[in-house]
Amino acid sequence: MASSYNAKEEDGQLSGAAGSGGVGAAKSKKPDNTAFKQQRLPAWQPILTAGTVLPAFFVIGLIFIPIGIGLLVTSNNIKEFESDVFMYYGLSNFYQNHRRYVKSRDDSQLNGDKSSLTNPSKECEPYRTSDSKPIAPCGAIANSLFNDTLTLYYINPNGTESVVPLIKKGIAWWTDKNVKFRNPGGSNSNLTAVFQGTSKPVNWRKPVYELDTDPENNGFINEDFIVWMRTAALPTFRKLYRLIEKKNNMIPTLQRGNYTLEITYNYPVRRFDGRKRMILSTISWMGGKNPFLGIAYITVGSVCFFLGVVLLIVHHKYGNRNNSAEIPN
Amino acid sequence: MDCSLLRSLINRYCAGEENWVDSRTIYIGHREPPSGADVYIPQRYPDNRIVSSKYTFWNFVPKNMFEQFRRIANFYFLIIFLVQLIIDTPTSPVTSGLPLFFVITVTAVKQGYEDWLRHKADNALNQCPVHIIQHGKVVRKQSRKLQVGDIVLVKEDETFPCDLIFLSSSREDGTCFVTTASLDGESSHKTYYAVQDTKAFHTEQEVDMINATIECEQPQSDLYKFVGRINIHQDRDEPIARPLGSENLLLRGATLKNTEHIFAVVIYTGMETKMALNYQSKSQKRSAVEKSMNTYLIVYLCILISKAVINTVMKYVWQSDPNRDEPFYNHKTDSERQRNMILKVITDFLAFMVLFNYIIPVSMYVTVEMQKFLGSYFITWDDDMFDSELGEGALVNTSDLNEELGQIEYVFTDKTGTLTENNMEFIECCVDGHIYVPDAICNGQILTGTVGMDMIDCSPGAGGKEQEELFFRALCLCHTVQVKEEESVDGIKKGLHPCGKSSSVYISSSPDEVALVEGMKRLGFTYLRLKDNHMEILNRDDDIERFELMEVLSFDSVRRRMSVIVKSSTGEYYLFCKGADSSIFPRVIIGKVDQVRARVEHNAVEGLRTLCVAYKTLAQDEYESVCKQINTAKLALQDRDKKLAEAFDVIERDLILLGATAVEDRLQDKAADTIESLQKAGMKVWVLTGDKMETAAATCYACRLFHRNTQILELTTKRTEEQSLHDVLFDLSKTVLRHCGSLTRDTLSGLSHDVPDYGLIIDGATLSSVMKPTEEGSSGNYKEIFLEICRNCSAVLCCRMAPLQKAQIVKMIKTSKEHPITLAIGDGANDVSMILEAHVGIGIMGKEGRQAARNSDYAIPKFKHLKKMLLVHGHYYYIRISELVQYFFYKNVCFIFPQFLYQFFCGFSQQPLYDAAYLTLYNISFTSLPILLYSLIEQHVNMDILKRDPSLYRDIAKNSLLRWRIFIYWTFLGLFDAVVFFFGAYFLFDNTTFTSNGQLMTANTNMMFGNWTFGTLVFTVLVFTVTLKLALDTQYWTWINHFVIWGSLLFYVVFSLLWGGIIWYVTFLTWVILLAALMTASGSFIMWFCSSYQAILSLCSFSQKEEIVRQTTAFIKCYILK
Repeated sequence: MASSYNAKEEDGQLSGAAGSGGVGAAKSKKPDNTAFKQQRLPAWQPILTAGTVLPAFFVIGLIFIPIGIGLLVTSNNIKEFESDVFMYYGLSNFYQNHRRYVKSRDDSQLNGDKSSLTNPSKECEPYRTSDSKPIAPCGAIANSLFNDTLTLYYINPNGTESVVPLIKKGIAWWTDKNVKFRNPGGSNSNLTAVFQGTSKPVNWRKPVYELDTDPENNGFINEDFIVWMRTAALPTFRKLYRLIEKKNNMIPTLQRGNYTLEITYNYPVRRFDGRKRMILSTISWMGGKNPFLGIAYITVGSVCFFLGVVLLIVHHKYGNRNNSAEIPN
Repeated sequence: MDCSLLRSLINRYCAGEENWVDSRTIYIGHREPPSGADVYIPQRYPDNRIVSSKYTFWNFVPKNMFEQFRRIANFYFLIIFLVQLIIDTPTSPVTSGLPLFFVITVTAVKQGYEDWLRHKADNALNQCPVHIIQHGKVVRKQSRKLQVGDIVLVKEDETFPCDLIFLSSSREDGTCFVTTASLDGESSHKTYYAVQDTKAFHTEQEVDMINATIECEQPQSDLYKFVGRINIHQDRDEPIARPLGSENLLLRGATLKNTEHIFAVVIYTGMETKMALNYQSKSQKRSAVEKSMNTYLIVYLCILISKAVINTVMKYVWQSDPNRDEPFYNHKTDSERQRNMILKVITDFLAFMVLFNYIIPVSMYVTVEMQKFLGSYFITWDDDMFDSELGEGALVNTSDLNEELGQIEYVFTDKTGTLTENNMEFIECCVDGHIYVPDAICNGQILTGTVGMDMIDCSPGAGGKEQEELFFRALCLCHTVQVKEEESVDGIKKGLHPCGKSSSVYISSSPDEVALVEGMKRLGFTYLRLKDNHMEILNRDDDIERFELMEVLSFDSVRRRMSVIVKSSTGEYYLFCKGADSSIFPRVIIGKVDQVRARVEHNAVEGLRTLCVAYKTLAQDEYESVCKQINTAKLALQDRDKKLAEAFDVIERDLILLGATAVEDRLQDKAADTIESLQKAGMKVWVLTGDKMETAAATCYACRLFHRNTQILELTTKRTEEQSLHDVLFDLSKTVLRHCGSLTRDTLSGLSHDVPDYGLIIDGATLSSVMKPTEEGSSGNYKEIFLEICRNCSAVLCCRMAPLQKAQIVKMIKTSKEHPITLAIGDGANDVSMILEAHVGIGIMGKEGRQAARNSDYAIPKFKHLKKMLLVHGHYYYIRISELVQYFFYKNVCFIFPQFLYQFFCGFSQQPLYDAAYLTLYNISFTSLPILLYSLIEQHVNMDILKRDPSLYRDIAKNSLLRWRIFIYWTFLGLFDAVVFFFGAYFLFDNTTFTSNGQLMTANTNMMFGNWTFGTLVFTVLVFTVTLKLALDTQYWTWINHFVIWGSLLFYVVFSLLWGGIIWYVTFLTWVILLAALMTASGSFIMWFCSSYQAILSLCSFSQKEEIVRQTTAFIKCYILK
């Protein structure tokens, strides 16, 4: 990379050294006549002239507008609540991306490292120890785990409520669940014993080994926990809470009708002017319902087309008179 | 310790200063002089070790680090790195430490390797055996152990181990032949002369007997200057003093040729040899691009600082609400709470600086340096600039100025050897008004049938005959030509024609002399050889005449003449003098001056080089006084040159004019075409020559510098004699300005023939009076008026210039108020000063040695190669480097500005947007290669078109691609793109605006957007956009471009897959590509539109253009009003 970085300082010295070596100037130094050395490699040279730019504008316009329409239509056509439905909770004005907050975790502890379990990283301060016992999981992120419980009820036409089954597994990123997060003690299923000698985060009601009864979803590999630990990029964010799977091909996942949402309110947000939300959504191959790209493409395509027309007029009116004088390129 | 020992030590070490003298005294063979000589002053000299290496094993690391961190850029990055180490910053020190470490290491390794090579070369040199004489025997010794005063024996084909004074030679006449190819590249054999009084000592024993001291100046770097004196002590008599000059000095690095062996005494050793003193590198020249790059850097530094300041201020405003500063979920530690407020502010400021420091990337310096270094190979490789006759192509001595070749506004060229071949042809001579033309011209055309010569005028009488023969003899004797007997002379300084049967070839440093001697040969007088100080001439009757050569009053460019004093076989002393007419005529007392002058002027107008010949006879006593004068001058250690000149001036007086000669110097191949192209390309061509005005003007017409309709303005001594300089200047400026006022811009752009263009001719004497600071009271500054006149002349010819005046002119133009970029081109030693002075110095590998080529920035074989050098290479390099610089700033604005915007969304907490690996690798690997390759091979216009249409050069004049307007365009394009990346990604994420989510998934995997993913999305779009932008700008798509551009995108994809575990879902990739394509296209809209709009405009005539502009503005106004 930097082979010539200081070349200029060397010049004088180099020539001196060469001179003292006594290199004769007698031998012929005829350069090789290769296309590369003569800068005559065969090349494709796109030329920007009125003749090439004009069609380019139209072609871009003609390509972008249909793409935009396609994107918009796809986005609008997503039939919501007919295939798998995703349930999210959303928080606003919550700075999960604050640097002090983002840093405040111990990845090796979360990866099941025994020594980090009893002696967490300094980065976790001031959520590192409580009552002189190490906190597991330590740090501000873990400490502020979202702990509201959301339950969704469908109100049957006859007035009775039936619980919508919410699946809590499969909401975390695969690499997180299987690689980054691991319980200490490996295959030891007795998490209570494993976490012996550690303290629960101060804001938590129950220790980490009691997050779930399912051993595959307990301790550090609890998916709610994992989802929370992946910090959001923006102060207003949403996180996947549950999945609602489609059972029957005939009926949509969530039927038309009335629903009740029951919230166990644990999580304080008023203090920082925050708000909570619950979102239900379906996604397609191009993500969720999102007209942004479609609109953007249509706009750009139209502008292109419009400019093309303007140029065509200008060109037609003035350019034709002396076509012979093509600008050299 | 013994006190006296201490004192003597102190004395010894202080002695150096006390006894610092201008000259040194050397005792040959360390033999102390007999008593009565001067007090022995011990001087300590270095040993003969050559140290070209910079470092030793021990000091390499500290010294190299120090050297590297002295560069301002490296220092800046070091500071950033240290800040990262000391305070808690958002990015780890690795992100800036790694690139810096990489650059420093690679540079250090490279320099270390070079130094190791130098050590090796030094060692080989220092340890190579030399033969010295000790006690009458030849002893082998390592070269580094040589000491001043040692007597050395050098054999044929050996290289001199240090600077030596030539004592004696195996050749009878005390001469030896030497080639200095490794010193100055001249491969011809030069003759050196042994000291007269010691040349008889031929054996070791004899040489060891020499009892002499040498006094000479302290070492200085000029290879061609040396003054000294040798005092030879014989038998307690008064010592005999003899002058020593550069003809006695054998330089280290030169090689002995055609001489069996020589004896010589060491005078300068080791680092004091002239070769070592010439190691010092020349002063740095910086290109205009580099200067504007530095200005932009300062702008970016300001942007960087203001960004950091804004964010710091915003941070404290934002944090004033305690709920934001410390919400329940994000408490500070106690130590953080207690920290000093001012300390906190400073830390925050520095942290922001570190976060945004990538806006000034390390890699830009590396890439620019590499571009220059690698790019310069295209010049050396160029087949079109290869001269098969010379066997050499162009040479690049510095690669720092490549792009400056595309910016030249003034070309200063030497005439002889640069515009002309310096391949002299004897045309005619004129003796007392009778004209003689040799029968054959160079290419064999027979002019007249008469044998030997053609007398145009009536045959001269008896006295005329005598005059004629004296004239021929004068030309045969008054020169410094050497005769080379073998045919196989290597090198370029052959005599013109080994005419027919004779196998001897004339060699001289001045081609004029060779031409004259050749011409004489054709007129019947053949110079045979110099033997035992006798010059032998074969006259018309095939008799050999012998003249003893007494003195040579050698040529110099100030006197502009040379003389010899010879003693004929009849015992008469003659002084023959030849030189420029201006330096001969005033010294002539007898002779047909008017007739000769008329002929000389006639010849000069034809473009021939003329010389006048005169003589005088000296009586014995006259000769002796002359001898004395010269010897005293020669023995002087100080101001020897001045004293010699004075002595010569006295001697060369009261001459009798013999006649004049005319020699043709043909124009170089395609010189006229090149000059015309340069002028069409908007460059002003000035010819600076030492020749006389008429000759120079004729050459200028021949090479189309002046056209038939060029109005010539003369500013010569002749005119200033009639009028005062003041009036002449004002007259001229009035003439020039009157026309200039009526010129419109459009007519200036083409070389239209109906407008009279001006050519100025000025001579050296007038120039120096113009340059002289005017006395108080006189109105106006002459210099300014002169510059004003020059600015309006398309061509300027300066004749009768001394070397230093050439440099003065270049400097005057360089420092005039527009600060134009200048180029000087020349081939001889007299051009070196202007080559060094100009922004770009080009040397022609000519016949007058290699000095110009050695001191130049670029060297080319022929003048015609200048055309391709400037119009093609210069143009390309400029386009390439300007795009490189602009693009680098652009891509780093794109890179860093989202990071700045992100601070507004993360509570100004210095959270970086991108992953650390991406921060580090962005400039090093993801986006570096495409731009480097682009900047090496881009050709926006075909090479042949550039050559055919020189006016394209005007498009890039005045650093046009690095103007503020364009810089601001790129910066804003970068800002625009950055805003689009950031908010594009933001809107995709933001669920308040859109009802849907920002989650992407496939059947079995969910992907949550965390802040890492957000940054990665922005980064990916960024890498794609920046690369595609370059792809759009590329107008020369070779397979290399395809490979590098698509290859580096593929590399990024693979890397992010392996590093970040981004699973490249079709969806994600589609999004990225769609977004990037969108951005690139929209970003390029304005440019495309502008360029096509301009393309259309350029097709229209002027009136149409105005119409379109008017209509467009009206249309836009209408639209806005609506």
